[in-house]
Amino acid sequence: MADKVLPMREALRNALREEMIRDERVYVMGQEVGAWDGTHKVTRGFLEEFGARRVRDTPISEMVIAGAAVGSAMAGLRPVAEIMTINFAFVGMDAIINHMAKVRYMFNGQFKVPMVLRCATGWGNQATATHSHTPEPIFAHFPGLYVGMPSNARDAKGMLKAAIRDDNPVLFSEVIALYPKPGPVPEDPDFVLPIGKGDIKRPGKDVTIVSFGRGVEWSLDAAAALEKEGVDCEVVDVRWLRPLDTALIFESFKKTNRCVVVEESLPYYSFGSEIAAQIQEHMFDYMDAPVKRVSAMDVPLPYARDIELMALPNVQKVIAAVKEVI
Amino acid sequence: MNATPALDTPSQLLSPEALKEMYWLMLLARRTDERAWVLHRQGKIAFHISGMGHEAVQVGAACAIHRGVDYVHPYYRDLALVLALGVTPRDFMFSLFGKRGELSSGARQMPSHWSARKYNLVSSSSVVATQVPQAAGLAFAIKYKRDHGLIQADDFSQPRCAITCLGEGSTSQGEWHEGMNWAGVHDLPLICIVQNNNYAISVPFEKQMNIRSVADRANAYGVHGITVNGSDVLAMYDAMKAAVHRAYRGEGATLIEAKCHRLTPHSSDDDDRTYRSREELEEAKRFDPIMSFAQVLLGRGVMSTAEQQEFEAKAMEIVNTAHREAESAPYPDEHTIYDHIYAPINHESGR
Ligand SMILES: Cc1ncc(C[n+]2csc(CCOP(=O)(O)OP(=O)(O)O)c2C)c(N)n1
Ligand SMILES: [Mg+2]
Repeated sequence: MADKVLPMREALRNALREEMIRDERVYVMGQEVGAWDGTHKVTRGFLEEFGARRVRDTPISEMVIAGAAVGSAMAGLRPVAEIMTINFAFVGMDAIINHMAKVRYMFNGQFKVPMVLRCATGWGNQATATHSHTPEPIFAHFPGLYVGMPSNARDAKGMLKAAIRDDNPVLFSEVIALYPKPGPVPEDPDFVLPIGKGDIKRPGKDVTIVSFGRGVEWSLDAAAALEKEGVDCEVVDVRWLRPLDTALIFESFKKTNRCVVVEESLPYYSFGSEIAAQIQEHMFDYMDAPVKRVSAMDVPLPYARDIELMALPNVQKVIAAVKEVI
Repeated sequence: MNATPALDTPSQLLSPEALKEMYWLMLLARRTDERAWVLHRQGKIAFHISGMGHEAVQVGAACAIHRGVDYVHPYYRDLALVLALGVTPRDFMFSLFGKRGELSSGARQMPSHWSARKYNLVSSSSVVATQVPQAAGLAFAIKYKRDHGLIQADDFSQPRCAITCLGEGSTSQGEWHEGMNWAGVHDLPLICIVQNNNYAISVPFEKQMNIRSVADRANAYGVHGITVNGSDVLAMYDAMKAAVHRAYRGEGATLIEAKCHRLTPHSSDDDDRTYRSREELEEAKRFDPIMSFAQVLLGRGVMSTAEQQEFEAKAMEIVNTAHREAESAPYPDEHTIYDHIYAPINHESGR
C-alpha cells in the first residue's frame, strides 16, 4: 500500500481509528474527546462514527481518566485514554505511577494493563510554568511503563498502533507543535513500528546526536547547517524513552565517539543525564569527548515571549553543543 | 429570580454610592475584557480567557468582604473580582502583553492568573481546582492564629476569611472534594464560590455530575450550601454577606453556587459554535448582568443616564490608556529569569 502525506494529528487519528475498527475492546475516553472532537482534533468524527459508548467525554477528573482506564484494562478492555495536556497528568499521578505501571508486577502477572494514556505535550506557546511541562523522563523513571514520543507523522502512526496492540501500559506523548507537521504515512492498517526500536533519522560519522520528539527536528536542522561546515552528524531518534534502544545508540557512538543529547525537558535528572550515564558506563573506551546535553534551561517557564524562547532549546544551541565536542 | 431584593437583606442597606461603584466595577471589567478580545484578534496578545457574563457574581462577592484584607484565591475568569480588590486595567493589560513590572508575576504567569500580596490576592496554577485545598489552608491559618491568640477575632486589619472561586466543571476534581471536606471537618472560614455557567469548555453540566445543583454537595461536607442567581449582583451580595458573617463568627464554611452565563467562547483557543447553538447564546445575553443592573439603578433613580454615560466614557479612557501604556512598555529583563526560584541565601539555615 502507498504512503499518503498527512499531518501528524491525522496520522494519529488514522492509527486510532483503524485500531478501533479492528478491535471492539478498544475505546476512547478523556476530556473533550467527543463533542469537541478532541482538544487537538485527533478524535475528530469519532463520536459520530463509533458512538458515545466507545467515545466517552469525561468530567474534569484526570484521576478517573487514568485510574478507570487501569481498572477497565484489568477487566479486559483496551482503553486509549487521553489527558488533555500532560500537565494535568500530575493530578492523576498515583493512578499512573502506582497502578498503571505496577499492577502486573505487584500481583505477580495475574492482571495485565493493556492501556494507552495519550498525552499532549510540549512548550513554547506561552502557556507558562504550570502548563508547559515536557515531563516524559519522569514517567520513564518508573519500571512497568513504556513511554513513547514520536517525532514525525509516520512514526506516530506506527508507534501508536504498537502501543494499542501491546499488553503493556504505554504513556504516549504527542508534541503539540508537531500535530500540524505533514509527512508521508503508510496507509497499510497493519503498519506497526516495534516498541523500543529507535531509528537513525540521518546517518553521519562525526557526532551522534541522540534525541526524541521535537528535539529530532532541531537536531536534523542543526545537522544540515553543520554539514556546510564539514561536520557530519548522525541523528538517532530513540522514539521510546522506555524501552530505550541503547543498542542503536551504542552502535552509532562506536562509529562517532562523540555524543550530544537534545531534549525539550529540564536538565536535572533528565534524558540527557541517562544517555550520558549509559555511554560512560558502557562506551568508556570509545569516548573522545564528554557527552554534551542540550535541554530547556533549569527554570520554571516564564510567559514573556522573548524570555520564554530564551529558556528553550533550539537549533543554535544544538549547533553550539556539537561544536564543543568536535 | 427578581433583581429587587426582599426588605431585610444586606443589599437593602447599600448606599447609592456603593451601588454605583458595583455598577462601575462590572462595567470596567466588561470594557477591559472586550479590549482583550480585540487585541487577541489583532494578533497582539497570545491568549485571553474571559469573565464576560460572570461580573455580577464577582462584584457581588468582592463587595461583601473586607476587600484587600480577606484572602482571595481566584480563578481565571475573575477579572471583575480582582478589579474590585484594587487590580487595575493597566495591570491586566501588562499581563496580557507580558511586560516588565507586571503586577501578578513580573510577566511569568499567563494572563488571568492573578496575584497581589498587597491585596491578599493569592496566585494559582493553570491546573483547575488546585486553589481549593490551598484556600482551605489559608482559612486554616486564620483559624489557627485566632485559636492560638496570634490574632484577635476583632482585629480588622487581619484577614478573617478566605474566598476561592472555580467553575462547576472543576468540581469534578479530587482537589475540590478534599479541600471542601477538610474545610467542613474543621469548620474553616472558607467561602467557595462555584461559578456555574453550565459549560466546561464544551462539556455541559449534566455530563459533569449526576445531580441538579452543585450546592447539593455541601451537605456531604457538612458545610452550608446555597444556589444563587449569579446574574443578579445584589442577590449575590446578599448570599455572600451571609457567608462572610458565618465565616467571621467562626461558624464554618459556605459553598455558594452562582448560576451565570458564559457570554464568550471558553477562551481565545475555542470556537463554541461547534457545541452551543447561537439561539442558546442569544438567550443567555438576555441575562447580561450589567444591562440588567443598569435597568435596576436607572429604575430606582440611583443612577441617571448622564451618569451612566460618564461611566462609559471614563471606562473607555482608562482602558485606552492602559492598553497604550502596556503596548509601549518594555519586556522584562532577561536576567530576571533566575529570580525567585529559591529564597535568597539564608544565613540561619546555612544556605
Ligand atoms: C486538571 C485540569 N484538567 C484540565 C484542564 C483544562 N481546562 C482548563 S479550563 C477547563 C474547563 C473548566 O470548566 P469549569 O470548571 O466549568 O470553568 P469555566 O471555564 O466554565 O468557568 C479545562 C478542562 C485544566 N486546566 N486542569
Ligand atoms: Mg463552567
